[in-house]
Amino acid sequence: MEKKTRLKRERLKEGLWFSSFKAIACGVVVFLFLFLLILVVKGAGSISWEFLTQVPKEGMTRGGILPAIIGTLWLGIGSVILAFPMGVALGIYLSYYASENLFTRILRLSINNLAGTPSIVFGLFGLAVFVKALGFGVSILSGILTLGLMVLPIIVRSTEEALRAVPKEFIEASFGLGATKFQTIWHVALPTAFGWILTGVILSLSRAAGETAPILFTAASFYMTRIPSSPFSETMALPFHIYALMTEGTNPEIHTKMAFGATLVLLFMVMCLSVLAIIERQRLRKWKKW
Amino acid sequence: MVKEEIPTKIHVEGLNFWFGSFQCLKNINLKVPQNRITAIMGPSGCGKSTFLRCLNRMNDFFPGARLTGRILLDGVDIYSEKVDPYELRKRIGMVFQKPNPLPKSIFENVAFGLKIHGIKDNIEARVEKALKDAALWDEVKDKLHKSAFELSGGQQQRLCIARCLALEPEVLLLDEPASALDPISTAKLEELLTELKEHLTIVIVTHNLQQAARVSDFTAFMYLGEIIEFGPTGEVFTKPKDLRTEKYLTGKFG
Repeated sequence: MEKKTRLKRERLKEGLWFSSFKAIACGVVVFLFLFLLILVVKGAGSISWEFLTQVPKEGMTRGGILPAIIGTLWLGIGSVILAFPMGVALGIYLSYYASENLFTRILRLSINNLAGTPSIVFGLFGLAVFVKALGFGVSILSGILTLGLMVLPIIVRSTEEALRAVPKEFIEASFGLGATKFQTIWHVALPTAFGWILTGVILSLSRAAGETAPILFTAASFYMTRIPSSPFSETMALPFHIYALMTEGTNPEIHTKMAFGATLVLLFMVMCLSVLAIIERQRLRKWKKW
Repeated sequence: MVKEEIPTKIHVEGLNFWFGSFQCLKNINLKVPQNRITAIMGPSGCGKSTFLRCLNRMNDFFPGARLTGRILLDGVDIYSEKVDPYELRKRIGMVFQKPNPLPKSIFENVAFGLKIHGIKDNIEARVEKALKDAALWDEVKDKLHKSAFELSGGQQQRLCIARCLALEPEVLLLDEPASALDPISTAKLEELLTELKEHLTIVIVTHNLQQAARVSDFTAFMYLGEIIEFGPTGEVFTKPKDLRTEKYLTGKFG
């Protein structure tokens, strides 16, 4: 009899825990949908063909955000192209070559700290070094360098994790056939890990595209009526454009609407990248199961 | 013991091996006869696999591994500076416990060794020959460019053998190659090994006594990092000289 009541109590306890976890999970989903809903309701009105393909006109009360879209693409893709080879190289070094010594510990510590550094600090660093000291001025180039530094740790980490996740059996098979370390990394480990590395790259691309603070002083321009043409020109960028519209807009009614429209565009771009990452991962998983 | 007329392929002299401070192998002396199958049996953890990995220097990759003594391949110490470990592993192939094809196509798996050793001529003919020698060709000839993971466990293991054979090795080391296979695949594998010994020297680690009895010409019994007994398989199995071998064979431990 006593045993039965205890069992009942345990079952009740389990049920309570489980329901509360589920409630939290539902809450998150509901929040995300609300979030999207509000953005769409407020922003959809300003999305039009003109909005996506025109330069801003008449104090940004008319026209579109094309320079900001192009600028964001420049900055996002540029910074990842810069950080990708460096990050992958560092990831390879850390997972295959570095022996556990003081230098490796310092390197790891630096990368972890870099990953945790507030983005505004990158912005100030970029201003001091790329804009001023190296004389690149406020330009796409300075922005790319600053953002590239910011996403570097993401790429290093995802490369390192992806390489560590390569099954030991593959590595042994390769070594067993007389492959050198470099051959094993190049022909076996990297191709196997590539899907995961790519996921990291796409995530860092969306991070770079969405950041405001690092480009605040290094690349962003408030109002441009033409599309940036060279890496040495200033550029508009979506996140900064949103910020600028909301804080410095002279015509709040129109500018708020435009800001929500731009937000929707930015969100859409970032979401496309995430979906791309998911599709790529699924594809690789299907093809190479082990 | 080893009869005079069989030449020795690998001569192990006073081999000691440590992982950190733990000594896994103690004063191992062994003459592996050429073109024969030598089985190494013993209970789990006795150092069989470690010993096998010393023979093609696979232990080099573990930090903290240390070794004394000599291993002579055709009279040349494989740990001497004259010997390039990468070239050595081409001459001494290794097949692992769990079939481990690379995440590539069947063809690429066999061609992989050729590629990394810079062999560029007659790749297709070499791959075909290796697959035929591994008794796998008929089963895979129509799907050479499919993923190697589509093969069954037994086929994968023969693919791993084919991958070694493509490099035309002199010695083949097998580390419990049938432990993950069903009985039919195991029988096929054993038949294959018997055919292969015409051309190469085979060392097989196993804790399956029947397997050792079935395929091998010579058997070594290892226990706690030492070779307790070594001799022609028939002798070791029917009249073991050491009490520990007898106990192991009759299932008293292991």
